[in-house]
Amino acid sequence: MSGTDKTTRHSGDGYNFAYLDEQTKRMVRRAILKAVAIPGYQVPFAGREMPMPFGWGTGGIQLTAALLGRDDVLKVIDQGADDTTNAVSIRKFFQRTAGVRTTERTAEATIIQTRHRIPETPLREDQILVYQVPLPEPLRWLEPRETESRKMHAQEEYGVMHVKLYEDIARHGRIVTSFDYPVRVAGRYVMSPSPIPKFDNPKMDDCPALQIFGAGRERRVYAIPPYTEVRSLDFEDHPFAIQRWVESCGLCGSRNSYLDEIILDDRGKRMFVCSDSDYCRSRRETEDSGPTAVVPENGRETREVKA
Amino acid sequence: MSQLINKEAPYPVVPEQSDPDAETERKTASSKPCSPGVDDNPLLIVEDVGKSFNGTPACRDISFMLWPGEVLAIVGESGSGKTTLLRCLSAGIRADNGRTSYCSPTFGEMDVFTSPEHVLRQLHRTEWGLVHQNPRDGLRLGVSAGANIGERLMSLGQRNYGAIRDEALTWMRKVEINGDRIDDLPLHFSGGMQQRLQIARNLVTKPRLMFMDEPTGGLDVSVQARLLDLLRSLCSELHLAVILVTHDLGVARLLADRLLVMQCGRVVESGLTDQVLDDPHHPYTQLLVASILEA
Repeated sequence: MSGTDKTTRHSGDGYNFAYLDEQTKRMVRRAILKAVAIPGYQVPFAGREMPMPFGWGTGGIQLTAALLGRDDVLKVIDQGADDTTNAVSIRKFFQRTAGVRTTERTAEATIIQTRHRIPETPLREDQILVYQVPLPEPLRWLEPRETESRKMHAQEEYGVMHVKLYEDIARHGRIVTSFDYPVRVAGRYVMSPSPIPKFDNPKMDDCPALQIFGAGRERRVYAIPPYTEVRSLDFEDHPFAIQRWVESCGLCGSRNSYLDEIILDDRGKRMFVCSDSDYCRSRRETEDSGPTAVVPENGRETREVKA
Repeated sequence: MSQLINKEAPYPVVPEQSDPDAETERKTASSKPCSPGVDDNPLLIVEDVGKSFNGTPACRDISFMLWPGEVLAIVGESGSGKTTLLRCLSAGIRADNGRTSYCSPTFGEMDVFTSPEHVLRQLHRTEWGLVHQNPRDGLRLGVSAGANIGERLMSLGQRNYGAIRDEALTWMRKVEINGDRIDDLPLHFSGGMQQRLQIARNLVTKPRLMFMDEPTGGLDVSVQARLLDLLRSLCSELHLAVILVTHDLGVARLLADRLLVMQCGRVVESGLTDQVLDDPHHPYTQLLVASILEA
C-alpha cells in the first residue's frame, strides 16, 4: 500500500516515512480521532520513545509524524520564532525522515507544530496546529492524585480551578496566571492550553483550524475541533483579560501582537519585538515596511529602565 | 474480648427490652428539634448495616433513625467500629449489608449504598458535611483560608469573587477566626483554628447533615470547650442534624440529643443522652459512665 512505497522511498535512511512505523501512526491517529470526537478530553495513547528527551516536544512530534502526508508543508515554531533551537531541530528531523517541504510562512503551512505560541496570522480550515504539551492535566495543581482528577473530569467538578484563580486575586489583587491559563472547551472539559501566553487564549475560540495537543511524557492527546467554543475561566467581577503593552514592536511597529522584551546593551536599553518572527517579517516586507517600520515612533521602541 | 462477649451473652436481653422504650423515647426526643416547621420524616434511616474487613466484623446489625436537626453521638471504646460505621454511612467505604436511606430535598428518598457516585459526590458538596478528626485531611493546606471556605461555593457555580469573599468573611466570623487571617494559609493556623476552619468550610453551603469524626480530638480542654460551645450554637441556629463519633462522654453529653453506645461492632445501648448517662442499663455502658465520671 502507500505505506510500503513510503518505506521504499526513504529506505536509504533506514527509516519509515516520518520516522514512526505505520502501525504506530495508526494507533496515534485513532487517539487523535477520539480526541477530536470528545473536545478537551485527554485520550491516553501508547507514546513511543523518540530520539529526543521528554520535554522537548516528544508528544507533538509523534502527532505531527502521524499526520504528515507527502504533500504537507510543515512549519515548526518555538516561542513564536522559526529560528530557535527546538524549532530548528524538529524541522530538520522531518526534513530528513519525511522529506516534506518546510516553510517559515504561516500562510503556506498545512501543519504547524508549535511550542508556547499560536501564530498571529489567523489560521484557516485546511491547517492543523499541533501543540507540544509539558503538563496536560489542568487540575494537577490542586489535585495530585490521577484517579481523583479523572473522576473530577468525569463529574465536571471544576470548582478547584476557580480556587486557583481565587488565590491569585486574594494574593495579588488580580488574576496573575499569564500562561497555561485554563479554558473550558465546548462547555464541558476544562483543559490546559499548554504554556501559551493567555494573550493567545482568545485565538483558540471558534478557530477554523483543527488544534491538537500532544503530551509525550504523560502520553495524552487532546484536541479542539474547528469552530469550537473555548472559554477562559474567570470571575464575574474579575473578567479574563489578555496582556497589553504600552510599547509597539521595535521592528514592524505592530501594536496588536505578543511582544518579547530584548535587552540591547548593559545600560538598561531594551527593545520590544514581535515574538512571532514570521508575522513581524511579513509586516516589514509589505504595507508600512522599510524605514518607518525599522524606526518606529519616538520613545516606543526603546525604554530606559530606572536603576 | 471474646470472653467479654460470651459473658454478656445473657445480657443482650436487657438492651433488647429497653429498645422498645428507646424507640418511644426517640420519638419524643425527635419531635422537639423537628417542631420548627420541618416535617416529621426521618432524615436518615439505617437498617442492619454491617461491614467486615477480611472476615473480621467491624460493625454489624446497626439500625437507627436520625431526624432533622438532631444530634446523635456514637460513643464507644477504641476499635468498637464507630468510625467504620460513620464512613459507611457517609459512603466513604462500601458497607457489606444493610441499607441506609436518606431523605434529600433535591433527590428525594434515596438509598445511600446503591446511589451512583456522582449523586453522592454532589451530596457531599451540598447537603452533607464531613469533619475529619485531623483537620489536615479536610482542608486544602496550600490555599488560603478564604479559598478553603469558598471552594464549595465555587464548585456550585458561584462566579463572583466579591460575593465569595464576603461569604468567607461571614463564616470566619461565625467560627470566631479573625477576619484578617482570610488570606493566610491554614498551614499556619493553630490546631483549634484549623478545626474551626474545617467546620466553616463544610457549613458554607448550609448542609442538613454533618458527619463528625472526633471533632475535638487532639485539642486542649479550653479550646475543646469553646469549639463545643460553637458547635452547639451552630447546630441549633442552622437546624443541623449531626452524627458525631466520639470516645469522650463529656462531649456527647454536651452536644448530643441521643446516644448510641457501641461495643465490639454492635450497638449495646441507645436512648436520650441524659437517660443513658444517668441510668445506664448495659454493663458496658455502666463501666463507661463509671470510668468517665471519675475524671
